[in-house]
Formats: sequence, structure tokens, C-alpha cells
Amino acid sequence: MKAVKTKVFDDASSALHDLKDGMRIMSGGFGLCGIPENSIEQVLASGVKDLTAISNNIGNSGRGLAKLLKTKQISAAVCSYVGGNPDLEQQMLAGEVEVELVPQGTFSERIRAAGMGIRGFYTPAGAGTPIAEGRETRMFDRECLFEVPLEADLAIIKAEKGDRYGNLWFKEAARNFSPLMAMAASLTVVEVEQLVEVGEIEAESVHLPGLFVDRIYQGSNYANDIEFELLSE
Amino acid sequence: MSWSKEEMADQIVSLLSPGSSINLGIGMPTLVAERIPSELGIFIHSENGLLGIDGRPTKNTVSATLINAGKETVSVRQGASFFDSALSFGMIRGGHLDACVLGVMEVDVEGSLANWMIPGKKVTGMGGAMDLVHGSKNTIAMLNHFTKKGQSKLVKKCALPLTGQKVVDTIVSSCGVFRPRGEKFEIVKLAPGVSKDELGIEQNLLE
Repeated sequence: MKAVKTKVFDDASSALHDLKDGMRIMSGGFGLCGIPENSIEQVLASGVKDLTAISNNIGNSGRGLAKLLKTKQISAAVCSYVGGNPDLEQQMLAGEVEVELVPQGTFSERIRAAGMGIRGFYTPAGAGTPIAEGRETRMFDRECLFEVPLEADLAIIKAEKGDRYGNLWFKEAARNFSPLMAMAASLTVVEVEQLVEVGEIEAESVHLPGLFVDRIYQGSNYANDIEFELLSE
Repeated sequence: MSWSKEEMADQIVSLLSPGSSINLGIGMPTLVAERIPSELGIFIHSENGLLGIDGRPTKNTVSATLINAGKETVSVRQGASFFDSALSFGMIRGGHLDACVLGVMEVDVEGSLANWMIPGKKVTGMGGAMDLVHGSKNTIAMLNHFTKKGQSKLVKKCALPLTGQKVVDTIVSSCGVFRPRGEKFEIVKLAPGVSKDELGIEQNLLE
């Protein structure tokens, strides 16, 4: 009988030892909420380039994935919203980064479709707008666009808690795109604030089953930045 | 006199049914959340994966993982829930939300709107707006009536790249409440002291 191969790695550099130029990398998070901070630093340190970044915002305010824009490691991006990300807006208008803007619901559903084996779907989002130009459409109750799955070579994900099998639990609204991306990539690498033993996350409370996770490590030094802190008086 | 942002938000609140579920877009619409009386029992949805947004948090309860779509800190009410982005947009696309409120740059007599780019100048991206305008039962556009140059943002035909075609049900501007009727705007109500000929809209476009 073969021994079960462990998914647990010591840190970001061992979990991401095989990064390559030209990779398509999905990165979870909404703005800076729930982003894989340690893995992004590792991609930065590795110096790999010509990356396609697939993420809702590609960082914000010079932080998160925007660090990889500053170092010109990203040559293409698939995202839905670039407001608040001056690095991306500038590099897009200058033609340095090729950007595919996708309606956010279509973006999340295309990622979900990739993980779930759905080959395509129709949605009204974007019909009759510039993003519909040259696209396959079909009339249902209204005109809809045909959309195909969005997959990646690597997904880098952050969860609050994960066990050694890879079962994940996300805190509050930090879940966003992360479980979808974990299902849509050939290789899924997860960093957690708390690495726990199998069984410590109750079965009913598992947000993403561990079978979607290839590697997991305990992260460190989280900034957990808040973009706009608004408080009641 | 035109309406302040708070007064516009109050006009929007008056359009909402008790117990309904609504989505508020980035920018001015987030103000609506602060004007809804809690006894209306309205659940506010945010596309980043939460339903049941409440007011602002305190210094003690503020959390980096509790934000709205504008990346601003929020709190949640009892009965709130968290979920992933695909489920969040399923709520939108599937027609499960009663209303959405969107900030817009331009809206026309057909109910088409533009709010995501000015070619060559500014690109914010569409975010969830293109999904929202088709999914929610009632799409409300919230906007200052005039551009910085003093031109009406309610126009005959949008010149900017569209977010959606024929999708807006109600427009709440700083000058009044309007409905796009295909060839004209119906004036539902004007702000106190605002007259029809001060709207910057050609009179033949007004019902």
C-alpha cells in the first residue's frame, strides 16, 4: 500500500516552488479582502513574468496583485473592476497589459463552470453593449451572450482556517471568488491563518471540501488591509 | 432648489417595499443603506457575498473581512448570511432581488444606461452592473442631474458605451423622479422649486 501524500507545505516558497513564466494565475479576493498575501509575495520574489492574472480587481491602491503590475510581471489580466487600481488603469490605457473586462457575475460563473465541467452557458449580462461585439448570441426572453469556462494553471487562495486534508473555512465576506477559483485551476495552493488537524472543522461547516486543494500552508504576517474604514459615531 | 444626496436617498427608500431584498451599487447608492428605517425589515445584498448589511461598525466591531462592494467597512444585521460570488450573482441573475440602485453617468429615454467607461479617458470596468441591470426586478438609477459642465445626464440617446439596453425602470436625480418611457421621460415628481424647463432636457422628450 502506498502512503498518502501530504498536502501540507512549510511555507509559500516550498508550496510555490514550481512557478513558471507565462502561467495563468487565479487569485482570490475582492479588492484587498481575502487576498492570498503570502503567495502574492512569493510570485513577486520568484520574478516569473508574462503572467495572465485572473482576479476581480488585480489588486487595489498599489497593494495585492498590483505589486506584480509595478514589477511588470503581469502581461494580461481578466477582471471585472479596475476602479481604485491606478496601476492597472494606466498600464491598460498605455497598452502594456492586455485586459479582458468581464461582468462580475459572468466572471464568477465562468470560473464556476470551469470547475464544474460545464462547457458553456448563456447570460443576458453585457448583451447590447460593446462587450457583445462579434460574440455569439441567442434570443431567449431577451438576447443573451454565450460564455465559455475560465480556467487557470494555478489558483492562489487564502482561507481563515484549513485542515491538513485541505478542507477550508472562510471568514465573513472573505469567501467571494476563492472557493470557485480553487475548483477551476490545475493546481490549487491555499494559505491559511490557522492550519488545523483533520476533524477540527466540523463536516457541516466545511465551505470547500479538501479534494479541490492540492497544497496548503500556514501563512504569516497578515496585513489584512482595510481600504475604506468607515465607522459609526 | 434640487435635492441633496440624502434627500435623493430618501426618495429611493420611499420606492422600496417592506421586507424586500435590494442591492446597492458603489458610490452614491451606498448612502441609501443609512437612510432605511430598520422597521422596514429590508435586507441589503452586496455582490461580494453578503446579504443583510447594517450600518457602519464601531471601532470594536470593525473587521477587514466585513466590507461592501465599495470596499467600505460595514456591519451585518441578525439573519445575515455570507456566500461565494457565484451564489451571490445567482441571486442577482436568477431574479431573486426586488431592486437594485446604481450610480450612472448617462441614462436615456429608452432606459439604457452607461456607467463603466469614458473612451480614452477613464475606465472603471463594469463590476456587477451588467448583471444587476438584467437580474433585479426593479432597476433604479441614482445620479446628480447635471454634469460638471451643466448638461443633463438624462439624454435622448446615451453617447457613452452602454452597461445595459432598455433596463432602467426608475430614475432618481437631484431634480426629480422620472421613468423612461421609450420615446420620452415621464416626470413622476420634481424636487421642490424645480420646474420642467430647468431640467436641461428638450421639452419634446418630456411627457
